[in-house]
Amino acid sequence: MPYLHTIGLETYHFSDLKTLMAKATPARSGDFLAGVAAETYAERMAARMCLADVPLKRFLEELLIPYEDDEVTRLIMDKHDATAFAEIAHLTVGDFRNWLLSDTTDSATLERVALGITPEMAAAVSKLMRNQDLILVARKCHVTTKFRNTIGLPGHLSVRLQPNHPTDDPRGIAASIIDGLLYGSGDAVIGINPATDSIPALIDLYYLVDEFITGFNIPTQSCILTHVTNQIKVMEKGAPVDLVFQSIAGTEKANTGFGINLGILREAQQAALALNRGTVGNNVMYFETGQGSALSANANFGMDQQTCEARAYAVAREFSPLLSNTVVGFIGPEYLYDGKQITRAGLEDHFCGKLLGLPLGCDVCYTNHAEADQDDMDNLMTLLATAGLTFIMGIPGADDIMLNYQTTSFHDALYLRNVLNLKPAPEFELWLKQMNIMDSNGKVQPIAANQLLLEKLPRALKAAA
Amino acid sequence: MKHELVSQDAWSHLKQYTQARISLGRAGSSLPTQEILNFGAAHALARDAVHTRFDSLQLAASLTTAGFSTLQVQSRAPDRHTYLLRPDMGRSLSEASANQLLDHPEKEFDLLLVVGDGLSSLAVHNHAQFLLEAVHGLAPKHWRMSPIVLATQARVAISDEIGSALKAKVVAMLVGERPGLSSPDSLGVYITYAPKSGRQDGERNCISNIRPEGLSYTEAAKKIVWLVNEAMRLGLSGVGLKDESDMVNVGQESVPSLPSP
Repeated sequence: MPYLHTIGLETYHFSDLKTLMAKATPARSGDFLAGVAAETYAERMAARMCLADVPLKRFLEELLIPYEDDEVTRLIMDKHDATAFAEIAHLTVGDFRNWLLSDTTDSATLERVALGITPEMAAAVSKLMRNQDLILVARKCHVTTKFRNTIGLPGHLSVRLQPNHPTDDPRGIAASIIDGLLYGSGDAVIGINPATDSIPALIDLYYLVDEFITGFNIPTQSCILTHVTNQIKVMEKGAPVDLVFQSIAGTEKANTGFGINLGILREAQQAALALNRGTVGNNVMYFETGQGSALSANANFGMDQQTCEARAYAVAREFSPLLSNTVVGFIGPEYLYDGKQITRAGLEDHFCGKLLGLPLGCDVCYTNHAEADQDDMDNLMTLLATAGLTFIMGIPGADDIMLNYQTTSFHDALYLRNVLNLKPAPEFELWLKQMNIMDSNGKVQPIAANQLLLEKLPRALKAAA
Repeated sequence: MKHELVSQDAWSHLKQYTQARISLGRAGSSLPTQEILNFGAAHALARDAVHTRFDSLQLAASLTTAGFSTLQVQSRAPDRHTYLLRPDMGRSLSEASANQLLDHPEKEFDLLLVVGDGLSSLAVHNHAQFLLEAVHGLAPKHWRMSPIVLATQARVAISDEIGSALKAKVVAMLVGERPGLSSPDSLGVYITYAPKSGRQDGERNCISNIRPEGLSYTEAAKKIVWLVNEAMRLGLSGVGLKDESDMVNVGQESVPSLPSP
């Protein structure tokens, strides 16, 4: 269906809903690369004004990729909750923004309607929202998940401890884990991006992290971020797998590019659930996403990259993950050019994820060929933490020596907890206090050389010493 | 700077096991000044590696002195800004360069060597010549070797078009990798059998992290020669060609001490 809007003497035509959404999107390099961005400032505003008048119901009628062609579309439509939607069914996109911001729309309301909101509705309304709107509404969305601790409670910020090493050297990985734990990080997950693809080497990594978690009774979980099919194999071999990880995207074709489909994810989730390793809950999945992944697989079907990203959250929420994060600045300047575009994308992703009911974290990051630096990361992490972000990454000194990019550090997490009075997951906080890593005021304390973690080193480091 | 203002970490002995920035200490809960400066300096080197102009004339002169012949080509990206925003332009030749190669009198090489700036001109400036010399030293004498093609504002896939224009059996593209904070000058090599436009990443073999602190020139050259040989034998490259060069003795001593660039 064509959409029209007139500003002054000019009438703008938008051939269909996905074109209208793309043209309404705040400017970013990836949409220009895809050839879907608005060509003028006025066209962008005309698209936004036109989009504001589109009824939310329209998103259930005009599908951005046909139902027959794409299993993500089928998932979105088949799982749409008409009862939850009833409360907002009378709204246009513009009304929806006002409704979301209303004082009467509280956390309970948002939780009640979450399954009635499709990713496309969330993406559409985000395009009409300013950064402060994205922060305010996301902050009202409370999403709590559990495995060995409780993630996402209001007033809390968790950290994924990411102890990567370019050759998976167990001593190097163990050293970074100790560094992170002694700085109070690691409650979201201790998650390694491995260099290896070899199943026996991956199994060694699972045992390495498990030795920390069981040896020191840490209320947290481990994850090795290898392909989901590798994780199914290591579970068959009896390795101690807590969370199953996979990168996902918002179209079936892009997921095919990742070598996955919904069936494979379901199989992996069932296998992890069968291990029954959670103590306080059974959210066993961990997903990563990022704007631009569909276009880079030539699988965006004329959609803008933010809408594709929101559709990936429909895939994620189908599997009730413990954690899901957008890797916002990793993909490079051809998708998000500079600090401004990265910041906007991070806030959009967090808002859409939370609105749809996901425990959304963010890899606040950049590469060295993007126009960004640590100050941009400081801004984005502060904005996101204000918006109630579920978790950030924690890397020694913000420098990932394996993936060659800069993300957030253990120090950054301490800064956010300090200025915004945020706490780690309650079970983990208790452990930090028992281990004398954190004092009774919640501050990280000086660590003595005979601290238990340093005295009772794991095998990998004992062998080296 | 006064040490007593920074709380030191008790696990600095663990630094010997990783290049990761562990045990940095704290000023309050923040990074000490020295670490902010160290990080800033590393970031500056990485940024400069991306934005320094590829001095292909200087490299060509140096290669000529060393006995190589060279050709210079440009991608369709006119400048660095466009190059970063439009990867597609970095993957294809400018019209003039495409015509220049089509008109080139010599063609049909066994191994075509291309050098492209990629995302780190610094890597190319520091390492390309040493690696080219090592490859020439190890390549079988019966291989017909190409002139060295120096490509500016180039991404990996430009080697498909260059290889196809010069009718090469195999192309090996030396390219500056995306710089990390601890590795601003890491060189990568991508090997493609029967290069032609439209080849996918899965049809290439990659050797990464070539620099004195990573994979040495000699080790990298051994891998390149091994992979090119296997690509010719099997008639393919990429996922169907697994790098098992470490399993075979290519009959050369490992030489760790090469001249520093």
